[in-house]
Amino acid sequence: MNALRFLPLVSGLVLAPFLLGVVNRVKAKFGGRTGQPLLQAYFDLFKLLRKGAVYSRTTTWVFRAGPVVGLAAVLGALALLPAGRHAPAAVSFTGDLFLLAYFLGLVRFVTVLAALDTGSAFEGMGASREVQFSALAEPALLVALAALARLTGGLGLTQITSALGPASWEVAGPALALVALALCIVFLAENSRIPVDDPNTHLELTMIHEVMILDHSGPDLAFILYGAALKFWILGALIVNVAVSWIGGGAAITIPAFFAGMLLVSVGVGVVESVMARYRLLKVPRMLWVGVALSVLAFTLIGRFTA
Amino acid sequence: MTLPVDTILVIVILTGFLILGTARLITAIRLSAIQGVCIGLLPVAASGGGTSVRVLLLGLAIVILKGVVFPRLLRRAIRESRTSGEMQPYVGITASVITGILALVAAFWLDARMDFLPDSHGLVAPTAFFTIITGLFLIVARKLAITQVIGYLILENGIYVFGLAIALEVPVIVELGVLLDMFVAVFVMGIAIFRINREFNHMDSDQLRNLKG
Repeated sequence: MNALRFLPLVSGLVLAPFLLGVVNRVKAKFGGRTGQPLLQAYFDLFKLLRKGAVYSRTTTWVFRAGPVVGLAAVLGALALLPAGRHAPAAVSFTGDLFLLAYFLGLVRFVTVLAALDTGSAFEGMGASREVQFSALAEPALLVALAALARLTGGLGLTQITSALGPASWEVAGPALALVALALCIVFLAENSRIPVDDPNTHLELTMIHEVMILDHSGPDLAFILYGAALKFWILGALIVNVAVSWIGGGAAITIPAFFAGMLLVSVGVGVVESVMARYRLLKVPRMLWVGVALSVLAFTLIGRFTA
Repeated sequence: MTLPVDTILVIVILTGFLILGTARLITAIRLSAIQGVCIGLLPVAASGGGTSVRVLLLGLAIVILKGVVFPRLLRRAIRESRTSGEMQPYVGITASVITGILALVAAFWLDARMDFLPDSHGLVAPTAFFTIITGLFLIVARKLAITQVIGYLILENGIYVFGLAIALEVPVIVELGVLLDMFVAVFVMGIAIFRINREFNHMDSDQLRNLKG
């Protein structure tokens, strides 16, 4: 059991960039291309880490602190995350789901501050969009987590995940499906994926996340990219922890199921990005409100099912 | 209630939200058809294993009428009136979704106050209230005459679900009467929309206060 305790953390640290490779591969298949190597994200990270960073004279320490604090916060969030019912998180205590939400908030906050610190009009625009969308994604995330907490009676992520099982799907199956769906919307929005944002676009007017990190270079950019990969892993793991919980059995089944789920999430993202277009910016809040509605619905339903 | 019934009811609520959140007429019609099919399956699912032929036939009638006939009529009305296919809301789409969230809360609150219902802690009554409020809201908050027909259909779905909450076994003649009424209503509304459109070259109910002649 003790060895398992660090499995979610270590596997996240090692495998997160691999998922980005899977997404790219799926998109390449859809486009009829061969695509990048599966490990391209690792190569990029090593390349960037070997380079030096360039800092503009208009920036201050805030700009330099952004990537470091951001990466630290993501690592903190990752440590709170379990991997399925039988692999508890490295760190867990009552109420850590709030800490998870605030860690993610802190990442966003320092990224936005660093973007504003450059004084570039484009980055300010990206920052404003990022803040607007995440202000809508956050209630959806918190209410979804609250719904899970209400169902399982635990306020910690590990408590919740270990309490979810086939039995909870029998009691509140529709509500759990709604929670997973709401988390999917949050996942797409927070990771700046299509249909909210296009991670490949290089037209400043349409970018959200990418535009905020234009001025970062070298190791700083590596930190940000790695942080983004970890965020992808974290939010994906939230979905998978809910969605895979209907599979019964011991650790030998649930832990492989978790990793298979993560792989499926990446394939799903690849498929969504291949078959959908980006929404107009005005349409994005609409989708996020539907996400909020889904989690509120799940929350009320769980009150019904457990009554 | 059982899992299949709960699942159907959740899908009904979801389609309600999606109708509030869509800006396209075709999508709204498609969603109302999905909701109609779910409503038709509801009595079959609720009766569990002991489904009688009567319930089965009634469900089939509802599915055909609400899932196939009405959408086809509405789609024809859109095609013939040559509208842009946009919803043209008074209340914006985002605000509509927020209204939907409030309506959901109101529905559960209302259900908590109604102790006399037989299934007082189930999902049936709240779903009914939510669907009724959604239908009313669509009638009030959208400009085109055709969206008002869609709103009416959704309102009727809600009333039907509410009927299930009160009594599972409604006499078949009453059900058929209601279905016939609805068929006539949608038919008449379809013709009315066509007439309005031919007379005024639009079906914007906002402009109908101006006299023409």
